[in-house]
Amino acid sequence: MKILVAYKRVVDYNVRIQVKPDGSGVVTDGVKLSPNPFDDIALEEALRLREKGVATEVIVATIAPADAQAHLRNGLAMGANRAIHVVCDQAIQPLTAARALLKLVEREAPGIVLLGKQAIDDDANQTGQMLATLWGRPQATFAGKVDVADGRATVAREVDAGMEVLDVELPAVITTDLRLNEPRFIKLPDIMKAKSKPLESIAFADLGVESGDTLKTTHFAPPPKRSRGVMVKDVPELVAAMKAKGLL
Amino acid sequence: MSKILVIAEHLDGRLNPATAKCVSAAKAIAGATIDVVVLAADPAGVAAEAAQIDGVARVLTVSRSENTPCLAQVWAPQIAKLAEGYSHVFGPSTTTGKDLMPCVAALLGVSQVSDVMSVEGAHTFKRPIYAGNAIITVEADAAKPVVATIRVASWAAAGAGGSAAVESVSADAALPTHTRFVELRQGKSDRPDLQSAPRVVSGGRGVGSAENFALIFSLADKLGAGVGASRAAVDAGYVPNDMQVGQTGKIIAPELYVAIGISGAIQHLTGIKDAGTIVAINKDAEAPIFEVADIGLVGDLFKIVPELEAAL
Ligand SMILES: Cc1cc2nc3c(=O)[nH]c(=O)nc-3n(C[C@H](O)[C@H](O)[C@H](O)COP(=O)(O)OP(=O)(O)OC[C@H]3O[C@@H](n4cnc5c(N)ncnc54)[C@H](O)[C@@H]3O)c2cc1C
Ligand SMILES: Nc1ncnc2c1ncn2[C@@H]1O[C@H](COP(=O)(O)O)[C@@H](O)[C@H]1O
Repeated sequence: MKILVAYKRVVDYNVRIQVKPDGSGVVTDGVKLSPNPFDDIALEEALRLREKGVATEVIVATIAPADAQAHLRNGLAMGANRAIHVVCDQAIQPLTAARALLKLVEREAPGIVLLGKQAIDDDANQTGQMLATLWGRPQATFAGKVDVADGRATVAREVDAGMEVLDVELPAVITTDLRLNEPRFIKLPDIMKAKSKPLESIAFADLGVESGDTLKTTHFAPPPKRSRGVMVKDVPELVAAMKAKGLL
Repeated sequence: MSKILVIAEHLDGRLNPATAKCVSAAKAIAGATIDVVVLAADPAGVAAEAAQIDGVARVLTVSRSENTPCLAQVWAPQIAKLAEGYSHVFGPSTTTGKDLMPCVAALLGVSQVSDVMSVEGAHTFKRPIYAGNAIITVEADAAKPVVATIRVASWAAAGAGGSAAVESVSADAALPTHTRFVELRQGKSDRPDLQSAPRVVSGGRGVGSAENFALIFSLADKLGAGVGASRAAVDAGYVPNDMQVGQTGKIIAPELYVAIGISGAIQHLTGIKDAGTIVAINKDAEAPIFEVADIGLVGDLFKIVPELEAAL
């Protein structure tokens, strides 16, 4: 069984994003880019399933500008067998990403597609659900535990009420939550090995995907600021301050 | 004229308060007609609750045994079918809404507007990106239906006092059988629900252990508060995952939020930006939580928390 991992490159989670003063966007020049943390978790899970003998091949795929090759090499160094780069100069919205990923799914026929539950740039939390819908296959989102056996996956999902367990028929789409696993560190020799692994590039236009970018962003603004309040020196002062605000 | 379909979320026969928040967001669109749909094996009780939400014109019920519990791939084709004739379909940005609504959007051929914080017009909305570090204004294609999730922390629930008509409808759609619900493991708690509690006390890594978390629970009980936690506290196994507050946990807006032994990472702060008053207790005076706290106290939580509880 093959596993396809959707592996997006985003602004590193430690970067404090700044909105441009004219409201036209956020400052991304010279900002550190990294794999989406949830996608690293997706890749780690795929590698573990391969190590358990459930999967035979792990493919990382990204839809990104031409300079994203190093990003895919990173996924290969972590352990993916090969990579697919759909070269696309501008950012795309989730429906377009899902349609593009569906093309790759039709070509590769994976048993599982693993995605992050959300990309930490657009915070959309849509692509995996859309892919499952367009593909007509089951989805198990926000996975905290995945067990695969006999052509089915049992997935414990992190939901508001607690943990929900679903049993889905494969092939299926699974999206990852933070506690599914801890991604491994990449070792130097693996970076060398990754250089010779297959990395295929496809022009976005050649996929024949109809754009699903139905939203237009017209303005960017910084969030309303919470200002620093008062510091109190002990518990009696704290209680007094809370009382003054009518909280007690 | 906008016609808005709001998807009712429910569990164990009870309507989730998030539904009334979606109605509030729908009401923010001038002149909108608002219907609520309840998909369930036995929708009557939930429908009766939904009918009382102020501003709702009709409550539609789709009664099918497959509809309880909610499976996104089972509900979505029925909702897509019902969406004909509506200009907007709204669901809450709870885990259920996040799981379900993109499926509806995909069937209707649109990208979803996630986490609507404010309505600027029938097709214009504000939503957060980059963990809330930027707020964008998005315009949806007016020629297509709008599918959106409503950021529950941004909206007050619409009041009661309505008396909408309840109508049973059918939504002919082939339903998949590829997904089997096994179980829901619910953390049983008598404490106020984290997402709707007016007061929340949260503990972080500084609390140090699952046993020490008793301190947090005890203070919360004294305040009548719900209990939350940082990701670090959840990852360390002090408390279960459904207590996580933040970008990837619960986004909450209590009147009072007390952060204890929490440093204040941006991913955590995203979850509490809409809180009324933030109180922070941390031994590190430089902790970023103090930059957003309304009242801050530097010191050892193991000394302060019992003292505070005694003083209440
Ligand atoms: C993609 C992504 C998503 C994330 N989502 C979330 C999320 O949803 N929610 C979330 O919370 N985090 C999230 N995080 C993690 C976040 O970045 C931080 O790592 C986390 O919030 C830290 O938790 P903490 O404040 O409890 O721990 P720490 O940062 O370790 O802080 C512990 C604090 O306790 C204080 N302390 C220690 N001992 C005492 C004492 N005796 N008395 C008083 N104070 C004491 C210390 O001074 C310190 O400030 C996410 C991270 C990533 C990458
Ligand atoms: N351009 C892309 N390239 C690769 N994967 C993507 C892309 N966009 C979205 N994804 C996948 O979809 C997940 C959810 O993204 P989103 O719906 O944008 O929050 C991400 O974690 C990725 O796994």
